[in-house]
Amino acid sequence: MTSSKGLEFKIEERSGVSQGRILCISVLAILFALVIAGLFFQLFGVSALKAYRLIFSGSLGSSFGLAETLRRAIPLLLCGVGLTIAFRALFWNIGAEGQLLMGAVAATGIALFSEIPAPLLLPAMFLGGFIGGALWGLIPAVLKVTLGVNEVITTLMMNYMSIYLVEWLIHGPWKGPSARGFAYSETFPPSAWLPTITGTRIHWPTLVLGLILSVLMYILIIYTKSGLEIRIMGENPEAARYAGINSLKVTLLAMFISGGLAGLAGVGEIAGIHQRLLGPTHISMGYGYTAVIVAWLARRNPLAVIFTSLFFGLLITGGDVIKVSLGLPSQLINVFNGLILFFLIGSEFFLHYRISLLSRR
Amino acid sequence: MGWENWIINTFSRSLAYGTPLLLGTLGEIYAERSGVLNLGVEGMMIMGAYSAFTTTYLTKNPWLGILVAGIIGGIFSLIHAFTSITLKANQIVSGLSLTMLGLGLSGVLGRGWEGKPLASTIPKVTITPLSHLPLLGPILFQEQNLIVYFTIISVPLLWYILFRTRIGITIRAVGENPATADSMGINVSRVRYICVLLGGILAGISGGYLSVVYRPAWTEGMTAGMGWIVIALTIFAFWNPVNGMLGAFLFAALYHLSFRLQPYVSPELLKAMPYAMAIIVLIFVSRGTLQKRIGAPAALSLPYTRGED
Repeated sequence: MTSSKGLEFKIEERSGVSQGRILCISVLAILFALVIAGLFFQLFGVSALKAYRLIFSGSLGSSFGLAETLRRAIPLLLCGVGLTIAFRALFWNIGAEGQLLMGAVAATGIALFSEIPAPLLLPAMFLGGFIGGALWGLIPAVLKVTLGVNEVITTLMMNYMSIYLVEWLIHGPWKGPSARGFAYSETFPPSAWLPTITGTRIHWPTLVLGLILSVLMYILIIYTKSGLEIRIMGENPEAARYAGINSLKVTLLAMFISGGLAGLAGVGEIAGIHQRLLGPTHISMGYGYTAVIVAWLARRNPLAVIFTSLFFGLLITGGDVIKVSLGLPSQLINVFNGLILFFLIGSEFFLHYRISLLSRR
Repeated sequence: MGWENWIINTFSRSLAYGTPLLLGTLGEIYAERSGVLNLGVEGMMIMGAYSAFTTTYLTKNPWLGILVAGIIGGIFSLIHAFTSITLKANQIVSGLSLTMLGLGLSGVLGRGWEGKPLASTIPKVTITPLSHLPLLGPILFQEQNLIVYFTIISVPLLWYILFRTRIGITIRAVGENPATADSMGINVSRVRYICVLLGGILAGISGGYLSVVYRPAWTEGMTAGMGWIVIALTIFAFWNPVNGMLGAFLFAALYHLSFRLQPYVSPELLKAMPYAMAIIVLIFVSRGTLQKRIGAPAALSLPYTRGED
């Protein structure tokens, strides 16, 4: 019980939480975050209402905006779905950014240096990208389960390492001879280009892959034995140990999936949009970090990621619009992200606890 | 004399680079000892760096800059304290959002401040009689910054408070067993708030040192992962300020030595070194600690609710 200024509050733990309440509180949390972010617009001398109108009309009000929203959502969808699996196992994978880049690296290697014939080249790139991301994700998993090394730090450090690995590749061994003065790899052969919906940058095969995988991962986590093991380990590690669940196996599986899906996102970005390996900030611009919020907002439900990734695709696109038309700095999107995440986790208090006013003293 | 200069140079620079790491680590040790994991160090540091730089630029007073950095770091840490202590939110996610917020906010506000020169900085001092000592003299007492000394002096002080005073017992009790501490009449929330606040102030000062003393300049994202290395050093130090000092300076020395590889290794790969080193360092201290997390506060990252257990 807490008392202040003669008012007495009672804080009780709630037993069950309805889906409706989760949705309602999540929406409220986002609204609060947007209101606070609105103050920043005012700080820059821009009316918050005008800024939000631009964000929404720029991302939803035109076919170009819609297409951009959708293409931004693709990497968020793949990374986000993967992260729901890792987070279900209570493995704090903050490394989707690096795993995405490693997927891009693996796919580039296959596109530029393999002899795989045209119809099989793209599938091979996706497979290679999955494995690249998965292996990068397995390292912190092995380190955590066998040696107890904190995974938040290892996954984060490995993000930085992958950034510099890409930098090294495009400045050094993979620097394209035709890319004079610029740090790019050689452009991929056309058979390694993903098709896009005409007039847009939506590389639809990756989108379809993401949608299929979010359904598959939902089935995995809810209806299979492996999924059950992942959930038990995440919800009650003690019980998992008594039930004889092999924590090494379960963690490795979760991170194999989580890293692999992020790797697929990396393949989509370079084969669908850039058609070559380029500077790491141009490949990803923080999708892997934003995906943490995407997965958390989806309450670690792979199906819900479809909607939350679209929402953040909208925000990124809207951020681009206000950057161009209002001249606001692009980092504003990180402020949005941070605020939304804060309000989201803060709001969970109201999911799990009931506060009631008792009586006046 | 070549190798002697080489040693002096390396160690002297290690002190300069290790100081912000140490400041951050000392703060995080206190926060975690009270049971609160704050992954927002990077965010608090960068906000400290931004606010110290702009304050110093505008007032030409670097001490005021450092002071403001500490205040801003402290205010920032209170956001995390509120969500993780009062609202009992997940500390990992809360800390992460603090880092995102700090990086974003400093990037937005710091636009236009890049590349500006800083007219005044905190002076370097040479302690004349001691600087004539062989080797140690030039390393420790010649041309070192005042903040380096303040930081080093604070290490035994913070160690003493944590392990030899009533305040320290209280902090550790709250981090080990909050329920027992509560039953002894300790205000668990208040102790945690104060420790997180101290961590924020020190992280802010650490960032201020970077932008006002070490560089001195403002660039977006200039902390470049140092906040995360601080988290790694806290574990490496087994939550002990003295070990924290050894860890921070050892790390800084390795960091500088890695640049000696410049003729042989490409610059991009060299930049990846500190991050690889942080992982290797953690692997070494983590060996065998899996079953018993030696030294880790038992209630670390667990919110406390009265009447549970």
